[in-house]
Amino acid sequence: MNLFVDAFAWIFSPDRLTGSLPLPEAIAQHLAFTFGSVLLAALIAVPAGWAIGHTGRGREFAVALSGAARAIPTLGLVVLLYLLVGVVYKSQAAVVAFVILAIPSILAGAYAGFEAIDRSTISAARAVGMTGRQILWKVEVPLGLPLLIGGIRSATLQVVATVTIATYVGLGGLGFYIIQGIQLRDTAQILGASLLVVALALVLDGVFALLQRIVVPPGVAGRSARPRAATRAATAS
Amino acid sequence: MSALRTSRVGARLALAATALTVTALALTGCGSSSSLEQPAATGGATGSSETITIGSQAYYSNEIIAEIYAQALEGAGFTVDRKFNIGQRDAIVPSLQNGTISLTPEYTGNLLQYFDKSTTATTTEDVYAALKKALPEGLSVLDQASATDQDSYNVTAAFAAQHNLKSIADLATVPNLVLGGAPELEQRPYGPTGLKDIYGVTVSFSATADTTVDELVAGGIQLADVYSADPSIKTKNLVTLEDPKGLFLASHVVPLVNSSFPADAADVINAVDAKLTPEGLIALNVESKVDQKSTKDIAASWLKANGLG
Repeated sequence: MNLFVDAFAWIFSPDRLTGSLPLPEAIAQHLAFTFGSVLLAALIAVPAGWAIGHTGRGREFAVALSGAARAIPTLGLVVLLYLLVGVVYKSQAAVVAFVILAIPSILAGAYAGFEAIDRSTISAARAVGMTGRQILWKVEVPLGLPLLIGGIRSATLQVVATVTIATYVGLGGLGFYIIQGIQLRDTAQILGASLLVVALALVLDGVFALLQRIVVPPGVAGRSARPRAATRAATAS
Repeated sequence: MSALRTSRVGARLALAATALTVTALALTGCGSSSSLEQPAATGGATGSSETITIGSQAYYSNEIIAEIYAQALEGAGFTVDRKFNIGQRDAIVPSLQNGTISLTPEYTGNLLQYFDKSTTATTTEDVYAALKKALPEGLSVLDQASATDQDSYNVTAAFAAQHNLKSIADLATVPNLVLGGAPELEQRPYGPTGLKDIYGVTVSFSATADTTVDELVAGGIQLADVYSADPSIKTKNLVTLEDPKGLFLASHVVPLVNSSFPADAADVINAVDAKLTPEGLIALNVESKVDQKSTKDIAASWLKANGLG
């Protein structure tokens, strides 16, 4: 228990506002890497996932590719990209590695959201005369949104935890305190910085959990019989 | 030109592959870490028939020295078990104390700081004497080698020429210095605080970690903490600044052993240390990092060249 007291004392010590990397700056770096990487990954994976979900084509390819991407060790990738692009572009190298880490979850969320929609809903939308584009934007995207947000949510959690390794190539973030603490055998510092990473992850997870509830279309919310509800939502619009 | 580029990319890929392998090895090491907690093997064997287990840090240069010790002992008729790439000092010292390993190459200054954070010794002899006193029960060191592998402050040759730098003290008049190094350097006595207190040099600190030398060459930092036996000091044309006031602890290669280490084996190791010079250690590191030779081959050829093989 004492260890946790020491860790909290470390976090709230006034010394955290001075030094080469003040704590607020480290947290800001950490969040900037997380949001930047997830945003870039979403810009790539969401349109791709929607295209796969809408057309039903390329699913096997996407599954194989994102499965393979999940197997890549991010630390190895950061080092590899760093060696390839050189020291001047090391932040970009790290961001690319984090983007690759984030893509599989978002891609899966995007196309799974479309696939989870009952086929009869799509048929009904077509029957009332909706064009392909209208089906995409008025039926598939709103109904698939909760699963997509779920994908972005898990991607964000993975990235916020993994950004700690950015410090291996000298990019700061909360990992700086963890790596420094290990070398200095300062357990309060290691635990304090780790707790902050955990806190960031929990806060982000909470925000996304909330968002996931909000984006459920009104016609679907609160209904357990999903296919019927989904049909109503589609025909209502 | 393009051939040169291709070969450089090739070399970088090879380095990256090495990095991945090292990561994999480190992970494997983690998986088998429970072996570190096993109690000492209590074999009834005596003298040279007893197995000597040698450990090394997860640092290529340390592993080369460990391999040299191993082959020298094998040459003298001892049975050797290698437990290389264990990790850092925090993992190695406990495994010496519980008998999982009985010998490991260490560095006097850094080891002294590990046991005595507030030490004031800086010279070769003072550090060695203080280390002998600071070692806990059951651990001892053999003779130290003249080879050193210690922290040192380096600048690029161009920067040294521009500001006419020879010693750390010359930095006092250079404005806007950024010091780069491992994250923990910020808190070390020889870090920014020591620079200010001992030499009156003001620096800001950047935790450049493994990218330190690259950052120095690229100009992201002006001053870099690099181990003195690092081949990149030569290959990147860096200038090591002199340390007349003893900011850094002298850190010589020294074998750290526990009480189960046989006395007759100590002579073998001391004979190796007597031949291990600072230039020799850099040459060994060059063979590994630049020529990409295997640790076994490097150790075997060094022993042969020094009449110990």
